Amino acid sequence: MKRTVPLLITGIVGTVLIVSVLIPPAQSLGEDFSLFFDIIAVFAFFLGGGNLFRIHLKKVFHRKEDYGFSIVTLVGFLVTLTIGLFKIGNPEGISGSITAAGSGLQTIFVSIITPLSSTMYALLAFYVASASYRAFRAKNREATILLVSAFVILLGRTPLGMMLTGWIPEQFSIFQIPNLAVWIMNSANLAGQRSILIGVGLGVVAMSLRLILGMDRTYLGSDK
Amino acid sequence: MRIASFGIFILLVFGCGLTALAQDDPIDMVESEIVLPAPASKVIALNHKYDIGEILDVSWESSTSDPELVFGYIIYRSEGDNKFDSVGAVLSKINSFSDEELIPGKSYNYQIGTIGASGVALSEPSEPAIPDWELFNLEMWNIALIGFIICGAVIAYIFSAKAGRKLFIRKIGGLEALEEAVGRATEMGRPILFIPGIQDMDDVQTLAAITILGKVARVVADYDSKIMMPVSRSLVMTSARETIKEAYLSAGRPDAYSDDMAYYVTDEQFGYVAAVNGLMVREKPATCLYLGAFFAESLILSETGNSIGAIQIAGTARPGQLPFFVAACDYTLIGEELFAASAYLSGDPKQLGSLKGQDLGKVVAMVAIVLGTLAATLASAWDIEIMQKFLDNVMLGIFSNH
Repeated sequence: MKRTVPLLITGIVGTVLIVSVLIPPAQSLGEDFSLFFDIIAVFAFFLGGGNLFRIHLKKVFHRKEDYGFSIVTLVGFLVTLTIGLFKIGNPEGISGSITAAGSGLQTIFVSIITPLSSTMYALLAFYVASASYRAFRAKNREATILLVSAFVILLGRTPLGMMLTGWIPEQFSIFQIPNLAVWIMNSANLAGQRSILIGVGLGVVAMSLRLILGMDRTYLGSDK
Repeated sequence: MRIASFGIFILLVFGCGLTALAQDDPIDMVESEIVLPAPASKVIALNHKYDIGEILDVSWESSTSDPELVFGYIIYRSEGDNKFDSVGAVLSKINSFSDEELIPGKSYNYQIGTIGASGVALSEPSEPAIPDWELFNLEMWNIALIGFIICGAVIAYIFSAKAGRKLFIRKIGGLEALEEAVGRATEMGRPILFIPGIQDMDDVQTLAAITILGKVARVVADYDSKIMMPVSRSLVMTSARETIKEAYLSAGRPDAYSDDMAYYVTDEQFGYVAAVNGLMVREKPATCLYLGAFFAESLILSETGNSIGAIQIAGTARPGQLPFFVAACDYTLIGEELFAASAYLSGDPKQLGSLKGQDLGKVVAMVAIVLGTLAATLASAWDIEIMQKFLDNVMLGIFSNH
């Protein structure tokens, strides 16, 4: 029973979602199933919040290693939750919009979350540099092709590319570095990306069929 | 005082009356000069194709008046009783309107009002139209055909494998290394980090990640190793817990399972990245698995994993993130390999058959690409008309999204 019900739900919902594309009267069913998911996700959010609170409280309570981080998490969680729930500092009061300008929650978002997120995102620049250094070392033929392509694209996206190769006559303009960069991106790179996407599409079809037919039950824990 | 108030009241009443009379004259003068715009013509209402019988498409020929003097059109609807009510308005450059939320099977007439500076000119009413529904969306015939071929091939190969036919499946390095990676973590006495992407359970990549988690958790349970799974979606947490719990149960080690193995961090993308990076630096997992839907965080996570010397296996169907994983990880499952992982790891012939069925889809794609490229080259280089027709009618007919 514990397995049969989830398998039945998966089979029925999966079939309806596929069929709804081809049969107009079933379209609303497909939309309804998507709505069901949103409703379930909202309830699951309570589970997530509760779990976050429980795990970090346990860590602080038992004075586990690095429990200081858990204190910061708990304080941040509770302060944001309280300000958001009771709309503290909201110029429009308790009935106002939660995203009203000047509200406490908006202030937290603009003054704390956005700068912190930007800081994390900014780290990407340094990681790109370190990853590129490793990836572009010409240790074999493929890596050398990668290095040359990257070099052409980097040059092609800067004025230096045109400065170096702008003298090439019009009939051979494809060899100007900016044009070469465009060709690499629009032909070689796009072809590669599309081939991956075709494979992904086929992979999704095969995996969906395995799930709908109940052959792949690993998501239920074991494939028995 | 009372008499004074009454006097003021009488004065006001008369004053207003006189003002109105005074204004009446010029209005009469203007009315005599009013020139309404030419009305819209040929109003046609037709059933909207392939809906559930709730939409009618109304079209008309625009007013012949100077376009600068026409501001727009009002659409009036009657339910067969010649009482027309406004149901919408469009700008003057538009000459069609879709009337939605109608009652299937009921008859409707339409009239178009052309809005000019001096008033609204009404068109002749349209012939009655009845919204109706269709059982099949015939516009999607090509999708149905391709889907039928691919699904048919997958099912045919499944049955073929079930009947005992041996199928060749190429080795996938990332999946072959999975057990070795878990074993390495066990030997080193360090945990395994499993990241299922940052999308919810409605993303097929997350679903693929959860199916792989079942296999990984089973190996972890067998080796008595430790798995850590911080997630960014509550629903993924509940699904992951169930999967890990079942894996531990089937390994005969329910006592070793803990709810804390999979836990929720935050939905916020970079907040989640910060938490996972901190965890990696503190706990130093020996093996990091990134399988699912990733965005800008892919490189931040995998570079941090690289810096702590973990063996890293990644997999995603997002082409934009694949180069980052390839650069920073030891093994990368590219696109379809992520979806094939569960079947591949199971070793079950029926599931492996479904992988083989995909190959027919690839053959269809390859043939279409070669034919399309040839036809386009011949059509443009030598101006061969039949090739252009083949491209427009056959290739685009089958492979374009209507």
